[in-house]
Amino acid sequence: MSEAVAASDILETYGAGAAPPASPALPWLESLRAGARARAAAAGLPTPRQETWKYTNLRPLEKLAFGTPSPGQIGAERLPSLLPQGQSARRLVFVNGRFNAGLSACADLPEGVRAGSLAEALDGGGGFDLAGHLGRIAGGEDQAMMDLNTALMSDGFFLHVEAGVQLDQPIEAIYLGAGQAFHPRGLIIMEENSRAIVVEHHDGLGGGAYFANHGCEISIGAQAQLRHYKVQAEADDAIHLANVRVKVEAGGIYDSFVLARGARLSRNEVSVRLEAPGAECHLNGIYMLRGDQHCDNTTTVEHLAPETSSREVFKGVLDDRSRGVFQGKIVVHKDAQKSDGHQLSKVLLLSDRAEMDAKPELEIYADDVKCSHGATAGDLDPDALFYLRARGIPEASARHMLIEAFLADTINNLAAEGLCPALMASVGHWLSDAATGEAP
Amino acid sequence: MAANVETIEQVQATEKYKYGFVTDIESETAPKGLSEDIVRFISQKKNEPEWLLEWRLKAYRHWLTMPEPQWAHVVFPPLDYQDSYYYSAPKSKSDGPKSLEEVDPELLRTYEKLGIPLKEQEMLAGVAVDAVFDSVSVATTFKGKLEEQGIIFCPISEAVQNHPELVRKYLGSVVPAADNKHACLNSAVFTDGSFVYIPKGVRCPMELSTYFRINAANTGQFERTLLIADAGSYVSYLEGCTAPMRDENQLHAAVVELIALDDAEIKYSTVQNWYPGDENGVGGIYNFVTKRGACRGHNSKISWTQVETGSAITWKYPSCILQGDNSVGEFYSVAITNNMQQADTGTKMIHLGKNTRSRIISKGISAGRSQQTYRGLVKISPKAQGARNHTQCDSLLIGDTCGAHTVPYIECRNRGAVVEHEATTSKISEDQLFYCRQRGISQEDAVALVVNGFCREVLQQLPMEFAVEAQKLVGISLEGSVG
Repeated sequence: MSEAVAASDILETYGAGAAPPASPALPWLESLRAGARARAAAAGLPTPRQETWKYTNLRPLEKLAFGTPSPGQIGAERLPSLLPQGQSARRLVFVNGRFNAGLSACADLPEGVRAGSLAEALDGGGGFDLAGHLGRIAGGEDQAMMDLNTALMSDGFFLHVEAGVQLDQPIEAIYLGAGQAFHPRGLIIMEENSRAIVVEHHDGLGGGAYFANHGCEISIGAQAQLRHYKVQAEADDAIHLANVRVKVEAGGIYDSFVLARGARLSRNEVSVRLEAPGAECHLNGIYMLRGDQHCDNTTTVEHLAPETSSREVFKGVLDDRSRGVFQGKIVVHKDAQKSDGHQLSKVLLLSDRAEMDAKPELEIYADDVKCSHGATAGDLDPDALFYLRARGIPEASARHMLIEAFLADTINNLAAEGLCPALMASVGHWLSDAATGEAP
Repeated sequence: MAANVETIEQVQATEKYKYGFVTDIESETAPKGLSEDIVRFISQKKNEPEWLLEWRLKAYRHWLTMPEPQWAHVVFPPLDYQDSYYYSAPKSKSDGPKSLEEVDPELLRTYEKLGIPLKEQEMLAGVAVDAVFDSVSVATTFKGKLEEQGIIFCPISEAVQNHPELVRKYLGSVVPAADNKHACLNSAVFTDGSFVYIPKGVRCPMELSTYFRINAANTGQFERTLLIADAGSYVSYLEGCTAPMRDENQLHAAVVELIALDDAEIKYSTVQNWYPGDENGVGGIYNFVTKRGACRGHNSKISWTQVETGSAITWKYPSCILQGDNSVGEFYSVAITNNMQQADTGTKMIHLGKNTRSRIISKGISAGRSQQTYRGLVKISPKAQGARNHTQCDSLLIGDTCGAHTVPYIECRNRGAVVEHEATTSKISEDQLFYCRQRGISQEDAVALVVNGFCREVLQQLPMEFAVEAQKLVGISLEGSVG
């Protein structure tokens, strides 16, 4: 497929050959999908002519030659996990966007917690009415990929934590892809004063190129907290797009971290609405790229109420001909006095052909606020390198130490400490790959 | 006592826009509207050579196909290009003035009101002024003295006649005719502007200055400035602007091109005080300006300093293309918006040569119901080894009905480059105000004091004469924005 995909064909092309999902029993869902279908077919894929897609071109998606969709059997022991042994008891596995009950294990959930497949929840399993939530947080203009997801979604990760329930053990969501396009839709509802940790892991199954178009809606009630950590280690030829829409009520906290090292083209878009006083969000991430990889982190934080705060730190390491993109936007609305927003993007360029494009943006309509942003790009500090070399450390190791240190402080600041060793291991793994792959 | 009088004057001045008078001068205008005929008319009026007419027509035809730029954070009704005059010249005897004595005395009085007494300036200030009134250059002072050093400082229409080889070589070489919709329009209908050429190794002995004024109703002003600093030369250039108060919006689409060759340095300062419209946003100038400088030579330097207080809408991005190795670009900006003003301004630093350096300091102050945006691009090309950029943009908000936005674009394609960007947004702290009030300083003066401190880094970059004026402007522009 070398021709550009026409807007009107977008649903057929990325519908994975299956009939569009239908739920005749749920008229609200039907009308939600119909609206999204119409918008998606009218808009087509976003292009760099659109300001929010200025630095990310979806041409590779249009040209993507899908691999084979059926990966064959996989055993539970092959599942990637970030959690220490014995902690991965709560696990939901999605293969090409569909819930796989055989691989999943979700025993002994406490009272007041529903975790499982969105398809089952829509069918009435769990006795929870989704009409008031699904499609209510997403919405608005300029969301072509979210519309595509809404039009074609049928399954995904569902979590509902009732008021006052605090889950200390993480729930793992593992997404495996092979050879086709899929559109998983996540929905996380945290009721008042609840707490949970969700760890997402995205990986390939070795079935050739695929396209994962994730959509996720998250609602965080008053004083509730969600820690949402994601490791994106998709197959080398995969395309990964994710769209996360979050709303946070008074005193609630949304804490997000993304480690991206896979996929040839990826974009992680997080949009948070801080809707009531005291709402808070932390959006952090690191990305490590090489070869022709392209990774885009786009965030929007809307401060809609007074005394809301946001913190963002994104760090990237770019090697070879890779390209990193950071677009961060903080909007402080008129009534959001005493808001506090900080944003930082730092990048190490390890190669002469790597490229970094950053657009840290502030849009402020209130006067009593504290907002700042910063962005840097450059090579490793030659003085630091010299310091290590002077102490007899070989250049390659010295570089690794500095890169590791550069990324480590973002990881070490995570609230869920149990995950840090696994994330650091992931960084170390990426660095040692570089050592073997490097030309002499 | 003296300070008191000054305050009263200032307050009186701000009740009405100080420069909002209309000068009653007979002027000669082309018919309203825009067409190929108008372009030919202007070219013929200026007695231009064939190549320039062709260049204008090509720009005009391209302009017709270009869409309006939509990306800026400003709102205004679509422009009606046909409802404006594209040529308006003060009627003079025949050939235009040869010296100050021949300039219409009414016109000279206008400039006196503006605070540029040309005669006195010739004697005292040592500033050479080229004054542009509506569409044509009316007087250039100090021409003789500059000629001794081989410096050419004259209206661009004159340069077309006398130095066609220089104009032809450099015109449009930094801002191509098809660059953007407004620059393209300017290329088609530009009427006058300044031309400066500093020969090799010459350090211009005085500040060169241009004064722009839009007088006639319904005219657009399309001046074009071309400044060439040959190898090893230095020049400092000042530009000031005003316009009368009118209820309709007037378009000002200027183009400024700077070229710095090896080891040359250009310092370009602007104090822009076009009529901003009244407090309800009626009237005012649409200031859509394309300014760009090319550091063509090694070790060359271009420095932009701007104080933007006027205009209903400002759309302006003075930029530097750093082509020569070790070249330096600087951008210092203070932008103040009050009432219903909108400003979308910033800079572009394009690093192409090795060890190129750029520095951006932008201070934005918004008050009233104004909206202000800093929009900047720092681009490091793969060959710009050792390039260095530091950007600092700070915004100050006065009142809760205004907006301040920052949109920096950073594109880095060289690992040996260091790019840093920092931005903050804040308001005037209660403590600072309290401290001043406690010492008997009025609320408004205290605000002006704090804001002047906030902008100091930039105001310091201005030449002396302008720095004083700019400091006063800062105070005046913010009148009525507190309490």
